[in-house]
Amino acid sequence: MIVENAATILSIQNLSAEVDGQPILKGFNLEIKAGEIHAIMGRNGSGKSTLSKVLAGHPAYAVTSGKVLFQGQDLLELEAEERARSGLFLAFQYPVEIPGVSNVDFMRAAYNARRKHQGLEELDAFDFEEVIQEKLAVVQMDPSFLTRSVNQGFSGGEKKRNDILQMALLDPVLGILDETDSGLDIDALRVVANGVNQLSHEGNAMLAITHYQRLLDYIVPDYVHVMRDGRLIKTGGKELALELEAKGYDWVDELEPAAVGV
Amino acid sequence: MTIAGDGQGAAAIALRGTDVEEVALGADRYTVYLRELLERTIAANRAADSSLLVQLRTAAIAIAQELAWPSTRDEAWRFTNLASMMAFEFGPTGAIAADLLSSADRDAIALAECPAARLVFVNGNFCEILSDLSAVPVGVTVERLATADLSEAAFGAHLGKVQNGSEPFAALNTAAIADGAVVRVARGAIIETPIHLLFLAVPGPTPVLIQPRVLVVAEEGSACTLIEDYAVAQNSWCQGSGSAATEPYFTNGVTEIAIADNARISHSRTQREAANAFHIGKTAVFQGRDSYYGLTTISTGAAIARHNLDITQGGPGTETRLQGLTVAAGTQVADLHSDLNLQHPHGVADQLHKCIAAGRGRTVFNGRVLVGQQAQHTDAAQLNRNLLLSSQARVDTKPQLEIIADDVKCTHGATVSQLEDDEIFYLRSRGLDSTSARRLLLDGFGGEILAQLPAASLRHQLARCLACELEF
Repeated sequence: MIVENAATILSIQNLSAEVDGQPILKGFNLEIKAGEIHAIMGRNGSGKSTLSKVLAGHPAYAVTSGKVLFQGQDLLELEAEERARSGLFLAFQYPVEIPGVSNVDFMRAAYNARRKHQGLEELDAFDFEEVIQEKLAVVQMDPSFLTRSVNQGFSGGEKKRNDILQMALLDPVLGILDETDSGLDIDALRVVANGVNQLSHEGNAMLAITHYQRLLDYIVPDYVHVMRDGRLIKTGGKELALELEAKGYDWVDELEPAAVGV
Repeated sequence: MTIAGDGQGAAAIALRGTDVEEVALGADRYTVYLRELLERTIAANRAADSSLLVQLRTAAIAIAQELAWPSTRDEAWRFTNLASMMAFEFGPTGAIAADLLSSADRDAIALAECPAARLVFVNGNFCEILSDLSAVPVGVTVERLATADLSEAAFGAHLGKVQNGSEPFAALNTAAIADGAVVRVARGAIIETPIHLLFLAVPGPTPVLIQPRVLVVAEEGSACTLIEDYAVAQNSWCQGSGSAATEPYFTNGVTEIAIADNARISHSRTQREAANAFHIGKTAVFQGRDSYYGLTTISTGAAIARHNLDITQGGPGTETRLQGLTVAAGTQVADLHSDLNLQHPHGVADQLHKCIAAGRGRTVFNGRVLVGQQAQHTDAAQLNRNLLLSSQARVDTKPQLEIIADDVKCTHGATVSQLEDDEIFYLRSRGLDSTSARRLLLDGFGGEILAQLPAASLRHQLARCLACELEF
């Protein structure tokens, strides 16, 4: 929802980044305020996933110029784990399988890292159990998943649900969904989108990165941006996604990069 | 179907052919070293004790005199070079000064799960102060070999018989056999309390050879859990840095386990010797019909550690489950050679062995499973998983399945991997710092094996060992 005079959560200013010496982001601008849901759409290779990795602090991506402020703080100065503790959350396109590490132990470690950062008391296994049980409902997940190894042997949909469960647990200020919809059947998509909607509120913001309009039937964005060659070339409301779906990406290929970013 | 070896044995033989002169000179040095070591360490054990011990010693001395200290030209020692040990004149162990040991040590070594079912040997010598047999359950006897009944009806039928190969270290041990731990589980007795056998080393100013000996006899239909622990006496119970003032010691242990029909033994063997120590251990197991043997091994200590594990399924319907974790950091070398011999139908064998090599550490896994002609309907699985934590660490792995029977279900395999950057980033993106992320991943890798240890208190001690060894 667009809220009058809402605080700015994320401000990306003229951001350029590369991976293995290959420039991917080329002067990217975007501003996200509290309460808003943004969607970035674009073809494969337009730089969408690079943007999410750069924001989350993946060490393989090098920022070459520009600035990112997260709640007024210089995001790029922070290590990946500090960004997470400050309330930035990335739901992965491909959540990683971690054999031998129990899901519940992993989530408790993550939860306590965030609690510690917030100056709150860390929870023991017993108290944490109560917290996590309550969150399971958000993604309709069976408690048996908690005792299994992180994502190991999970189906594609179960992995994405597990990521959204972590998001519910960590209650981020900014949730970035990197192609969370890709590879999901319609039931799993509904569950995941429904989870995201439950977690969205006036005090936080969501950034959904997707290739397909389908996700936006379930997570209704306030703004839709189109990305091409490392920058945004068009911004509109939710109807832009429908237009894209109808006309295809060829239509936006004709457009010149405009002064966008809300 | 036969899947045997990898042809490297043949290569080693060819090498001998091309290098005859050097081998001859080298072999001489190796023979002399073993003979001198034998002479130094048998002298102390010429007490007037039972004729069986005298017989065993005499036979073993004769075997050892025909053998040489292994070199990397021996197929069984190709990956583990013991030449550095030859710089030391290991001597027999003396009695430990009583003031080195106290009731505080006694509290430190007691396991909560079995506080009073414990035999302790210090540098190979029975230690009364640290032992506690006040609550050994009915149905099991735990005693010293030196004072045990070694008649044929009692332990005599098994001592020195489960292990009967002619390899130098078992012979060296038997050549000096005088004391040790013996355990007998009576027919049909189901023992819940684990029996704790602790072999402590207290390093001193001269290099010593410590030769622990264990015999376990499980009579028909019995069940028991055995905790066998080799450790250096140190406050932290971690091998850590070790004290610079002490000379290396060499533990050379032999454990024999005879499991009668339908009996069950769950066994854990942990090795956390001093960082400059040497540890060579033999575990020989004979399983009767329909018996179960489960073994969890954890090896974290010693400069060079080698575990030779020989298991024979001596009857149909026999089950063997092995799981192990070996950690080698710094310049450590840690080697497991296991040999499972299946010669009867309907056998089950499952082995999972994990290795972590860090720093310039090296781990070796050589696991042979022999499924003989009679072993139809065998279900055997073997997997060796390795984790390399540095570019200078090294892993040698040789899973080896030899199948002669034609109606069996057998799998084997080995994997070698590193901590994945993607895994670490995933954990960091959830707020864990890189140290915690690495720790969680290593805990995950090792935890699967640690979780199998029969006592939680031991599990926690070993988890700490692992953490300090890998510098968490």
